[in-house]
Amino acid sequence: MADRSQKTYMLNMGPQHPSMHGVVRLVLELEGEKVVDVDTEIGYLHRAFEKHAENETWNNVVPWTDRLNYVSPLINNVGYAMAVERLANIEVPERGQYIRVIASEISRVTDHLTCVGATAMELGALTVFLYLIKGREHLYQLVDNLTGARVTTSFTRVGGVKGDLPPDFAEKFRAIAKEVRLCVMESDKLLTRNRIFMDRMEGTGRMSQADAIAFGVTGPFLRSTGVAYDVRRSHPYAVYGKLDFEVPIGSTGDNYDRYLCRLAEIEQSLRLIEQCLQQIPEGPHSLEPKEIKHAFEIQDAGKHGDTALLAKYAAKVDQTLEGMSIAEQSGTRVLDRKITLPSKESTYTNIEGLMNHFELVMWSWGVKIPPSETYFAVEGGNGELGFHLVSDGGDGPYRVRCRPPCLFPVAAMKKLLIGGMIADIIPTFGSINMIAGELDR
Amino acid sequence: MSNTNLRGEVRGIPAESNHEELSKLRAEGYNMLVDLTCVDYLTHGKPRRFDVIYRLMRLDASTGQDLGRVEVHCAVDAEPPVLRSAKDIWPAADWLEREVWDMFGVKFADRPGIKRLLMYEEFAGHALRKDYPLTKRQPLIGPKSGEKAGSPSFNILKPTVTGE
Repeated sequence: MADRSQKTYMLNMGPQHPSMHGVVRLVLELEGEKVVDVDTEIGYLHRAFEKHAENETWNNVVPWTDRLNYVSPLINNVGYAMAVERLANIEVPERGQYIRVIASEISRVTDHLTCVGATAMELGALTVFLYLIKGREHLYQLVDNLTGARVTTSFTRVGGVKGDLPPDFAEKFRAIAKEVRLCVMESDKLLTRNRIFMDRMEGTGRMSQADAIAFGVTGPFLRSTGVAYDVRRSHPYAVYGKLDFEVPIGSTGDNYDRYLCRLAEIEQSLRLIEQCLQQIPEGPHSLEPKEIKHAFEIQDAGKHGDTALLAKYAAKVDQTLEGMSIAEQSGTRVLDRKITLPSKESTYTNIEGLMNHFELVMWSWGVKIPPSETYFAVEGGNGELGFHLVSDGGDGPYRVRCRPPCLFPVAAMKKLLIGGMIADIIPTFGSINMIAGELDR
Repeated sequence: MSNTNLRGEVRGIPAESNHEELSKLRAEGYNMLVDLTCVDYLTHGKPRRFDVIYRLMRLDASTGQDLGRVEVHCAVDAEPPVLRSAKDIWPAADWLEREVWDMFGVKFADRPGIKRLLMYEEFAGHALRKDYPLTKRQPLIGPKSGEKAGSPSFNILKPTVTGE
């Protein structure tokens, strides 16, 4: 072993290397240009998401989720909100579910465009990067129209979404989808049969199906190895069951396959949004507080023998009543239908809306969810984005665990890089699509 | 809504025999460790403070279908370490166990030298424990603290030290 130690040398890549899109440190042991060993150090962007979430109310965690995977923030918003709704056992109106699917798919496209564009740029194809970022820019403007922000969207609320689709959303989307398809087509022409690009991508960063499963890898990475696992297909949440889409898979599990999978998924996502815009029903986008009656009304109805009302409506009890603090009474404040934040228009223009908003965000007055535990996952840009939530009956989570999809391929980096050349690290790392915000939380 | 139960059956297994039980589950076909995490029930008066949760999935590689999931709970205390590492069953457990140690201070009996995953080695305490205060500050480490380079996170992996 002594002579080996003379032959190899150590090299630090990162944490702030220009071709590592994210702060991660690779400590490489090299023999010439060959990678003999690699040690991955993460945690440089740790912002204690889970710890902070434990100290917030259920709704206040939503802005934190934007900062997980910051190239597809809407999927995180949706995943978290759906997990809380699963925990509280509430169902969002159908229109709200369609809007959530539309939002998620826009985010999936921006995620894949960023990933493919950045990978191409790191391999020297700056033109492709500019084309794809142009497409992403159009989508960001659409997101801006929809949510009021480009990246920090905070779009979902427990029980619904922030607002309805803007009036001209469908037309705008059609125009933008055309642009995005054009960008993808141009990039496809520039890259897919490009000798230099193929030489760098084909056969590098290869992972076998068995390894990918053993390392818990999901998403486009797993699909590139030929396993058609997609949370949207296996567990069709929201309205995915009603939509028609394909799950593109690869065969060899190398960087080139991952690139092809992502390009194909962009097209599928655009198709999904088009179908949603055709199918989307009219109606409320969030649970509305109109299905609440004052407790005295329900009580009166009960006295008249009209007990059907009791199950149908949630009771609104004056929050200032002393009885609220009594344990038996706390169940009266059934929060099923009383957990959506009122629209901003309502909050800012009338006192009822303001009070409703205030009551929901005020410490220990907001949404309370009975003690329970759940796990829910959505298909994020990088794979299964899961939230394990524990409630102890308070107005905020007792524990939030986010299953970050890109942690798993990053953990498998040893498998991917050892034996390869140092130059292969760039495309492999690019196609893992590590998002530090999600990886380090 | 069709099958959107992503939790599957919830089981508790004794922490002392976690490796045997998990191996059995692996043999039953649970080929993917979806997640491994921990919950600190400090104030809940449970006989054992932590719940370590293994989330397993039976994934059919040919069709890509999820054939079923199971959520395995192990109640443990921080001391003494009784859990055995599952990284020989699912390599994904390696980093997740490091995270559980990092954030909760739950050790694995057969990984005595386990390294933190997200925090640096000099970090004192375990941040996701319920008795770790949200606003607690940690001493500055590294070259700026005036300390001579000798700290493990700066030295162990690389031969030279920045700024020296």
